[in-house]
Order: sequence, then C-alpha cells, then structure tokens
Amino acid sequence: MPKDFGIGASSKRREDVRFLTGAGRYTDDINLPGQAYAAILRSPVAHARINALDTSAARAAPGVLLVLTGADVEAVGGLPCGWLIHSRDGSPMKEPKHPILAHGKVRHVGDPVALVVAETYAQARDAAEMIEMDLAELPAVIDMRKALKDGAGDVHEDAPGNLCYDWTFGTPQEETDAAFASAAHVTTLELINNRLVANPMEPRAAIGDYARHSGEHTLYTTSQNPHVIRLLMGAFVLGIPEHKLRVVAPDVGGGFGTKIYHYAEEALVTLAAKQINRPVKWTSERAEAFISDAQGRDHVTKIELALDAEGKFLALRTDTLANMGAYLSTFASSIPTYLHGTLMAGNYLTPKITVNVRAVFTNTVPVDAYRGAGRPEATYQLERVIDQAARELGLDPIELRRKNFIPADRFPYATPVAVEYDTGNYAATMDKLVEISDRAGFEARKTESAKRGKLRGFGVASYIEACGLAPSRLAGQLGARAGLFESAQVRVNAAGGVVVWTGTHSHGQGHETTFAQVVADMLGLPEDQIEIVHGDTSKGSMGMGTYGSRSLSVGGSAIVNATKKVIEKARKIAAHLMEASAEDVAFENGQFTVKGTDRSVAFGEVALAAYVPHNYPLEELEPGLEEQAFYDPSNFTYPAGAYACEVEVDPDTGKVEVLGFWAADDFGNVVNPMIVEGQVQGGVAQGIGQALLESCVYDETGQLLTGTYMDYAMPRATDIPMIGVDHSCQTPCTHNPLGVKGCGEAGAIGSPPALVNAVLDALNAGGHKVAHVDMPLSPARVWAAMRDAAA
Amino acid sequence: MYSLDFVRPASLAEAVTALQAEDALPLGGGQTLIPALRQRLAMPGRVVALAALPELVGLRVEGGEIRIRGATPHARVAAEAPLPALARLAGGIGDPAVRHRGTIGGSLANNDPAACWPAAVLGLGGVVRVRGLAGPREIAADAWFRGLFDTDLRAGEIVTEVRLPLPLAAAYVRFRQPASRFALAGVFVARFAGGRVRVAVTGASASGVYRWTEAEQLLASDFSPGALAPLCVSAEGMLADVQAPADYRAHLVKVIACRAVAEAASGRTACG
Ligand SMILES: Cc1cc2nc3c(=O)[nH]c(=O)nc-3n(C[C@H](O)[C@H](O)[C@H](O)COP(=O)(O)OP(=O)(O)OC[C@H]3O[C@@H](n4cnc5c(N)ncnc54)[C@H](O)[C@@H]3O)c2cc1C
Repeated sequence: MPKDFGIGASSKRREDVRFLTGAGRYTDDINLPGQAYAAILRSPVAHARINALDTSAARAAPGVLLVLTGADVEAVGGLPCGWLIHSRDGSPMKEPKHPILAHGKVRHVGDPVALVVAETYAQARDAAEMIEMDLAELPAVIDMRKALKDGAGDVHEDAPGNLCYDWTFGTPQEETDAAFASAAHVTTLELINNRLVANPMEPRAAIGDYARHSGEHTLYTTSQNPHVIRLLMGAFVLGIPEHKLRVVAPDVGGGFGTKIYHYAEEALVTLAAKQINRPVKWTSERAEAFISDAQGRDHVTKIELALDAEGKFLALRTDTLANMGAYLSTFASSIPTYLHGTLMAGNYLTPKITVNVRAVFTNTVPVDAYRGAGRPEATYQLERVIDQAARELGLDPIELRRKNFIPADRFPYATPVAVEYDTGNYAATMDKLVEISDRAGFEARKTESAKRGKLRGFGVASYIEACGLAPSRLAGQLGARAGLFESAQVRVNAAGGVVVWTGTHSHGQGHETTFAQVVADMLGLPEDQIEIVHGDTSKGSMGMGTYGSRSLSVGGSAIVNATKKVIEKARKIAAHLMEASAEDVAFENGQFTVKGTDRSVAFGEVALAAYVPHNYPLEELEPGLEEQAFYDPSNFTYPAGAYACEVEVDPDTGKVEVLGFWAADDFGNVVNPMIVEGQVQGGVAQGIGQALLESCVYDETGQLLTGTYMDYAMPRATDIPMIGVDHSCQTPCTHNPLGVKGCGEAGAIGSPPALVNAVLDALNAGGHKVAHVDMPLSPARVWAAMRDAAA
Repeated sequence: MYSLDFVRPASLAEAVTALQAEDALPLGGGQTLIPALRQRLAMPGRVVALAALPELVGLRVEGGEIRIRGATPHARVAAEAPLPALARLAGGIGDPAVRHRGTIGGSLANNDPAACWPAAVLGLGGVVRVRGLAGPREIAADAWFRGLFDTDLRAGEIVTEVRLPLPLAAAYVRFRQPASRFALAGVFVARFAGGRVRVAVTGASASGVYRWTEAEQLLASDFSPGALAPLCVSAEGMLADVQAPADYRAHLVKVIACRAVAEAASGRTACG
C-alpha cells in the first residue's frame, strides 16, 4: 500500500500551487522604491588589451546615474575559487584574478567591461552602447589542444602556457602501465564531452539595496545558495561583514548548477546601490546568459581499458583536458578532479585506475558544474569504452558489465580512486533494467524497424555518482576551502504549526513538499502543519545550498537531527506533564504515552506547555520548543543504477529518433516517489539534450556560434520519449539517518552514454562499422560517420 | 528594445502612407522583427502594424488560384488552405504561437534562406502582389526571391497578396534544423497539367531558395522518386554552419526531394 502522507508518499508538490497560479516571486518580480536599472557593457571580442575606455558620452546620457569601469573597482577583490587543486609536482593551481569588471584585458566574449546605472533599463543600455572601447585585439586561445602548445598566446600572464593544473590521481602510473602491458586486450577511445549552456528558464538577475542609516546591504539574487554568496561576496570581494549583508534568493526558476556561483553582477549591483544610495536591479537577457552564465562539461579525453582473456577489467587509464574558460568560476577546479576522477571506478572491480587531468585556460566563458558535474564526464567515458570493448571482443555489453560489477556482498567497497562505496547492488539494477525495458523483445522490434528501412539499436549504461556533498574533513583534505555541512532549525509554534528552516535551496526540486513529509512523519502531524523556509540569510543562520544531490541526504539529515532534538525535549516536557520519567515515555503518531499505561498527551499540548510554562520543569528545561542542528556527513552517498535507451536511425539522413528510455536507479530510501520520478525524467531530458542536440561552439576567434536558440538546440517535449523509471532496488545509505542517496543528477549522468551506445549499436548492427561519434549526435554527424565507415 | 513610433493604421491606404516616413518598416506578425528589435539588430524609427487590417487577412480560391492576403497568419492557412501541401507547410511552421501571429507576407518579405513559404511560392510559380505609394505591382516568384534575405520588395511597399496556381499534385517535405526547426533542407514539388513540374529547395543553399531545374526536367517525363536517381547535388554553394556542413545539405536535398516526389505522387497528405 503506498502511503498517503509522510515518508514514502507521493504527496503533490505544494509549491506548484504558487507556480501554476502565477504567484511565484522571482528576483525580477521584486521592485523596490526608487529602484534604478543596470546594464553591462560586455566585451565583443575574445581577447584584447584595453587601451582606453571613453565613458564621457555615457555619463552625459539621459537618466544615467553611475558608470563604473575596471579602473573604478580595481581595489575590489576578485571572484574567488572555492577549491584549491595541486598539480602532480605539488604546486598549487594557477589562480589568476577574476575581476568583477575587466581591467587591462578582456578575456572572453561577454567579459564585463563597464556597468551603467540609469533611471530606466533602456537608458542604461543606450548609454552602455555609447562607451567607446579602444581594444587592441590579441590572438584568441580557443581550442584546448592548441592552448597548451608553444606560441598559443597566454590568456593570463600569470598562467603561462595556459595550464591551470596538471593533476594525477588513483593508482601510481607505473602500476597501471604494468597492468596494461600484461593485458590480453586493450580498448582505446578518444572522445569529447561537449560544452553545454545550462539555460535555466529564468535568466539570472540581481538587485542591490543599501540602507544608509544602518549600513546594511541586501542582495536579491537568483542563487542556489544564498549563504555561500554572502560568504564569498562579503568576505572575499567586497569586504562586508556577514551581519551587514543579507542575501535573499527567492523563487528561482531552475539552476542546474549555473546558479551556484558568485557572479560579478551580484557584487556590482551591491556596490552601485551604495554609491547612488538607491536600489539597483540587473536582469540578464537571454543573449547575455549565453555569454555570461558559467557553462558546463567541455572535456577532451583519451581513455584506455585493459582486459584479461576472460573479459575482466584489469586497469583503466585516462588523459583528459578540461576547459576552465577564461577565469576560474567558484567550483570550476573541483569538477574535473574530485568530482570526476573519484568516479572512474564506476560500478566495477577494476583494480588499477590512473586518472590524469590537465585544466586549461581559454578565451571562452568560464566552465563550472552543470547537472552531474564531473560525474557525467566520468560515466560517459567509462560506459562508452566498455561498450566498445564488448564490440571488439564480440561480447554482449550487458554480460561484460555483469562480469565486472562489484558484487553485492563486497560492500563497503574501497575503490582505487579514493572513495568507499557504502552500499549498492549493481547487478540488481541491471536485472531490473533488462526487465522494464523489455530487452527480450528487442530483436522482434528491430526486425519490424528493418522492414521500414530503419536501423534499430539498444544501448545500456551503468553509472555511479558521489553525492551528498560533502564530508567536510575529507573535502578539506582534498582542497575545498569551505565546509560542506548543512544546517536546519525546527521551530514548533505555541498554538500550531512547525516552521522548518533549511540551508538548502529549492529551485525546482520540491523541497517544500519532501522536507515537510519527513518532519510530518517524525512528528506524526499532518503535512500542512509543516512549513519549509529557505532562501534568505536573515531567516536561518547558515547553509551551503543545493547542488550535488545533497539537499535531502545532507540538508534532510540536519532537519531529521533538529527534529529529533525537538522530540527529545518534548519527551521531557511530556514526562513532566504525565508525572512519569522520560525513559518511560514513548512517542508515536503525534502522541506521547507512558509505556504500559493509557496515559497520553498530544504533541500540540506539549508545544503549548513549552510556551506557557505554568506546569513545566523550569529548573531543568528552558521554555520554548525550537532546535537547531548542523549535520556533516561522514561519507559521500553513492546513488547508482542502469539506464537503457532504444533508438531508430534513418540510414538516409542520419536522424536519430529516441523511442524509449528506461532508468533503474538505486537511490536508497525514497521519500516522495513522484518527485523522484520527475527528477529522473528531467535529468534524462537534459541527457538527451547533451547526447543528441546541445553544443556550445566557438569559432577560432572566440565568437560564440551558438548564442541563440536558433543555433543552440535545446530539447523540446517532442524529443523526449516516454521514460520508464524504477527505483525499487534500494540499498539504503548506511551513514545518514534517512538512508537516502540523492536523485537530482542521476538522469543526466546515466542517459548520454546509454543513448550513444544505442546509436552505435544500431549503426554496427546495420552494417556500418562505426566505433565513435562525438556528441551531440546530430543527423549530419551520424550520416558522416556512416559515409566514412563505408569509405 | 528601445523607443520607436508604433503606428496602427485603419486601412491599407493609411498603412502605405505611414510607411513613407524614413526609417519605417511594416510589422506583420512580428515573429522575426520583434526579436530583431529586442537585440537591436534592426532599429527602425517607426513600425506600421498590418495584422489588424481586414483587407490584408484571409484566403480564397479564385480563377484557378489560391489567393492569400499579405497579413494572413500561418494558422489560418493551415486551417483553410484547399491544397493539403500548403496547409501542411503552414501547419508545420514554428509552434502555435508563431503560427497564430506570423504571416505569409512577413515571411516572403523576409526571405529567410531556411523559411518554408518561399519554397511554396517558388515551387508553385506564384505571383506576389505589393502596394506602394505608386499603386500595386505584381512580381512573379522567379523574380521576387533575389537571394539571402533579399527580395524585389521596395522601401515603402507592402505585400498585399500572394497568388498561387493550383497544381494537380504537390508536396512539401522538410528536414528540420535541430535547433531552429526551420528547414535544413525543404523541398516543394508541384506537378501541373501538361506534365510541367516545379521543384523549389529551401534551407540548403547559401543564396536562398532556388529552383532545382535538373530535377524538374527529369520529373516532367517520369514523376517518381526513381527519376532523380541519376542526379548528384553538388555541395558547392550550400550553407555550412554548426548544425550541418555543406556536403550534408547537398545530400539531404536529394533525399528530401525524393520523399516529396513520393508523397506528391502517392497523393498522401498525412502531416508529419
Ligand atoms: C520560434 C519560431 C519558429 C519559427 N519557425 C519557422 C519555421 O519552421 N518555418 C518558417 O518558415 N518560419 C518560421 N518562423 C518564422 C515565421 O514564419 C515568421 O512569422 C516569419 O518569418 C515572419 O513573419 P511575420 O509576419 O512575423 O513578420 P515580421 O516579423 O512582422 O516582419 C518580418 C519582416 O518582414 C517585413 N514585413 C512584414 N509583413 C510585411 C508585409 N506584409 N509586407 C512587406 N513587408 C512586411 C517586416 O518589415 C520585417 O522586415 C519561426 C519564427 C519563430 C519566432
């Protein structure tokens, strides 16, 4: 029986009432009295020295209140990077300053050059266009492979050769090389993980507000983590202490990672508001988002897999170039390293794994986490090379995976790449996948397609991710410059209702529903008695926000622990009210009872007593019923599973049609199955986008060729097939109180390799000997691959 | 966006007069012009709105022709065109919002190299009627389309009507560009009494919509996909962009033309 409330129930998303009736309140919906508007002049070229900026006409233009250029903000700190990576030789990564307005040089198309504030947005924009930029263009460094060669030119003088770091990880190289030397078979693939633009529906926006009487700043911003922005902007960029800086992230229309980071515009509107003593709003246009939101992925990888004669994996070796873009965005350095290298074991027993990553500066928009963040890149390489090995050896790709899965009885399992998986059962999710995708019926479906002249293919991919970011001590040892705990406060009101503060942020994930289910379940109260509050640094003390599928596993654990504290205190109050000792008081379904008696008192009565402490143990207990908890996980969580995709390829045009997608995930325990299903489906839609449609392309001068939706192909509803989602295989997480693992990114991680494997299966089974096509598998690319294979 | 004059004339005559101002542009459905204004790619001082003029909206059959007025939205054509190939073409443009605003006149005046309407008007051998201060003019399709975003339209003129001869059989098949969903290659074929065939190709060529005369000749004697087998389309002069190189477009032209011929020959009118 599915539950109808609490943990395990598919409760309807309460926030949807607000969103579907137009009552959502996004940053751009906020208008403050006296508000002025900002426009940003951005670099039209990828790389140039700024000889001069003439702002005189702009300053004199109608309505203009303020013009700032790089020279005006030279003293302001650069945008910080939150993770220090060390190269193999022990040297720290190159970390050139990331100024909030370009100074001396512009380094990518879209690099902010000046801020103009005026009475209206049109005036600000008109005036920005009047600024004369005298730019001396420099050769642009665009292609990573060329960027590392001599004479490529330097994006930053203080990062000569454009190398940010040269990182190695896992088994010592000689050991891995020795395993390769003894291998019966080696499969090699070179592939590109295509650069993506996140494209949340709501573009970024920020409003700076300043109260001269108190010296308090307020920043409204489209952020996934307002406390992190307060910390970074306050401490590193503008030097505003936390008690004088409030950051509000109201409703946010999708983030997908790109709204984690601290952006220049946030600091600029904060500065400008103080300078003109008026609120200042900036709202990104879509075209601006394409050249200023941090982008995702962009790896070039060579991966080699060594197998013995039985098809057992012996070793894995990778060499990756990771594009950082022109500056280090907030978490850029950690994505290709600790969120990528640590996952290269996948679901397999491979004993030797060496991962090499060189991070490269280029004259392109900065690159940072995008849904999955490093883990899709790891999974894609691994699951592609396994399929290729199966093809080369004439093995069934599912059987080859099964042969190498970490068996269910080997957990906890320490991989050669530093992490320890707590639980998992990869064979079980694969079995489930084979069942729900009707793999057995595929041959018949293929025959039917062939009758219509189409090539049908079936592909699978397993995946694992490290979620629940993050155990702070471990993260700190690996170079993180912040803690990665989460906090929660649970406040029980005197006369009804419970208000729960969480430091995570909901921007599509449905936390207001899921978290309420958890607390309702624990307190035995109806869900509508629980209110979830987030997104405002003035309402809760600390929070690290939402990314890395951490919100339920880390934020939810903090909520559970705070709720437990509330229950323990309430138990003592109840014991007092019932004249029993606390050890004898049980709590179930919202009632405290003295064990073995019929004496009971309801949770609500206890709450009232806590605030009207007439009959109350004041000597031992403070009045009130409000608790806080900070939770720092002891390990990552390891969601895993298997994805399948079925496609049809038109051999005349190369067009790929996705006929079906199936996901068998192990997320541990599931609080709201409907929301989990939605998260997986959304992730798969984005994965289909990456595999089939999306690609962010610069020409050799650094101009973005895909700067509008006419050229950047976003998936549409008609591109997405029915997606079968199953999460019945559950090996609960052993180290968090809910036993949950996180589900937000899985879909985007598991789906691209499954889709590409399906297309390659269709082509090869159809007689086209194609080993590889780079994403996105556009019709033109698939057609060219077939043509080249025939030649 | 920026400030400009917005004129809503009460009649076609008023519209023509309003357009004589320097820097004035007609506004059809705004599906192309408004995004261009927003991005400041076009900066007219005045726009003259045509969409609400009854004289410019509607379609009818007269004298063996379909006559579509200049500001008729695509959705109206999709619902009412007596020629299935046209209804299907119009019904496949953009999304419902685009189809209910975007107009045939706007599409023909714009002459986007990947747009659908130019293929139909050229493929049917239609006539474009325009009106300026000097009165009406009629321009044959072969003279109207002059290359990428270029037509015979003169400043101050409005496309008032398009006249399209009714064929015996016709079909429009397009292969969509994955991002814009415009044509990566779109082919309109029409067969007329006496075996005359016209084939127009959109989306593929760097000089915009064009007639594929070799195909027309072969199809005139054998109206079947097989008739195109001997032809090989050269990649020279084809568009190349992030979505597809020139050789792919050249390849597609033939594949899509074969499909269009098959469809026209079978009389199938299914949408897709
Ligand atoms: C999301 C989207 C998808 C689309 N998909 C497709 C597609 O699949 N296939 C396709 O063919 N098109 C597509 N279009 C374009 C659409 O068909 C437009 O409607 C068309 O290009 C322009 O028509 P309009 O009436 O909107 O013209 P407007 O945008 O109003 O004007 C365009 C130009 O034509 C001029 N103009 C307008 N009307 C007249 C007139 N009567 N006489 C003289 N000049 C005039 C204007 O001054 C302007 O220069 C799409 C557009 C969008 C926004």
